[in-house]
Amino acid sequence: MPAKRIIPCLDVKDGRTVKGINFEGLADVGDPVELGARYAAEGADELVYLDISATKEGRATFTGLVNRIAERINIPFTVGGGISSVDDASRLLDAGADKITVNSAAVADPRLIEAIATRYGSQFVVAAIDARQTEGVWRVTTHGGSRFSDKELFSWAKEVESRGAGEVMFTSMDHDGTRSGYPCATFARLCSSLSIPVIASGGAGSVEDIASVFLDGHADAALAASIFHYGDMTVNALKERLKSFGIEVRL
Amino acid sequence: MVAVIDYNMGNIRSLGNALGRLGAEWVLTSDAEVIKKAGRVILPGVGNAAEAMANLRRLGLPEVIWRLRRPVLGICVGMQVMCRHSEEGDAECMGIFDARVRRFEESPEIKVPHMGWSRISNLEGKLFAGIGSGSYVYYVHSYYAPLCPDTIATSRHPGMFSAALKYENFYGTQFHPEKSGETGERILHNFLKL
Repeated sequence: MPAKRIIPCLDVKDGRTVKGINFEGLADVGDPVELGARYAAEGADELVYLDISATKEGRATFTGLVNRIAERINIPFTVGGGISSVDDASRLLDAGADKITVNSAAVADPRLIEAIATRYGSQFVVAAIDARQTEGVWRVTTHGGSRFSDKELFSWAKEVESRGAGEVMFTSMDHDGTRSGYPCATFARLCSSLSIPVIASGGAGSVEDIASVFLDGHADAALAASIFHYGDMTVNALKERLKSFGIEVRL
Repeated sequence: MVAVIDYNMGNIRSLGNALGRLGAEWVLTSDAEVIKKAGRVILPGVGNAAEAMANLRRLGLPEVIWRLRRPVLGICVGMQVMCRHSEEGDAECMGIFDARVRRFEESPEIKVPHMGWSRISNLEGKLFAGIGSGSYVYYVHSYYAPLCPDTIATSRHPGMFSAALKYENFYGTQFHPEKSGETGERILHNFLKL
């Protein structure tokens, strides 16, 4: 088994990092390239950049930014946010992204996953799945958790795998932003039903939460934002702690 | 000058960027004359081995690559097509390395593709100068070269396979040095200094 991956996630709006404080010696925490380089130097295994711009101008800025990230960063990075066509994916690949995430657009038209995977390979496609539990069923949501789709988590995850996604990134919208931990039993079931890697996202409040999603949830990677942006903890400090739980990490 | 072979097999942006960070001059080319004159040649590759071999043949490049006497580096599928054969598409390959490429067998414990950071061990030769055994490198692959006389580094998933191969002036890495952080940059640097 490869080492468990720790993936800092940076939200980008109009070319600037949103959140992100507490970095001594970093000239500009608002610059996504500088912040990403800092995380890479501190032991991040990959980076995820999510474009949360609402405007066309913001999206154009993001593509330029991806070029700069690719020139600077020497570890894999994924970009996401609003990717709804093969053309969107091509533009980001040409800019130098190693992977892209698809979310709402793939729920609306699952053939999008096949179209991108056939053209650029499964390793390029991460299917982001947001879901919420209602009446004991995990239902897939779109548009940041605000809309229910007709899909159920486990069958949708199998479908994205068979359509060619290379990884699944699962966020429980019941836990996201709560810093109360991950639904580990759900992760364990998801991981055992898929042969592709699963990235756990949303909900981590502590090192113990992340250790649990690896040990009990069998996740392959954990995405984290606030623990790095707001806390004093560096990526390597987190990995040192995880190692003390017997988890294999790259140090 | 480093010639990066252009045979329509995936994105070479990250490799170009990595060479740029090392200060190397490089050119993306499928021109046999440029490749023959280059001080270093890199055969990148993401995708399907059978398709990769078909593209190389269409461009008349296997014969050019065989005859090169300067250091050549195949990366990922680029390394696989330098082996004898690949199970992927039952492809007859270039036969530079004495290995037959096979698919990982899936099981509940073994995820395929092998994706992420794994350790390299049993490091031999100048390509790994300054790299400690147990260093981590980044992989994305479903096929692998078993251990063979040309193996100069190993990794596990969970069985041992060839992380890198060498035969005379030909080198291959199954992992992506251009995405493997400082360790990967050191390996590329070593290749450029061979």
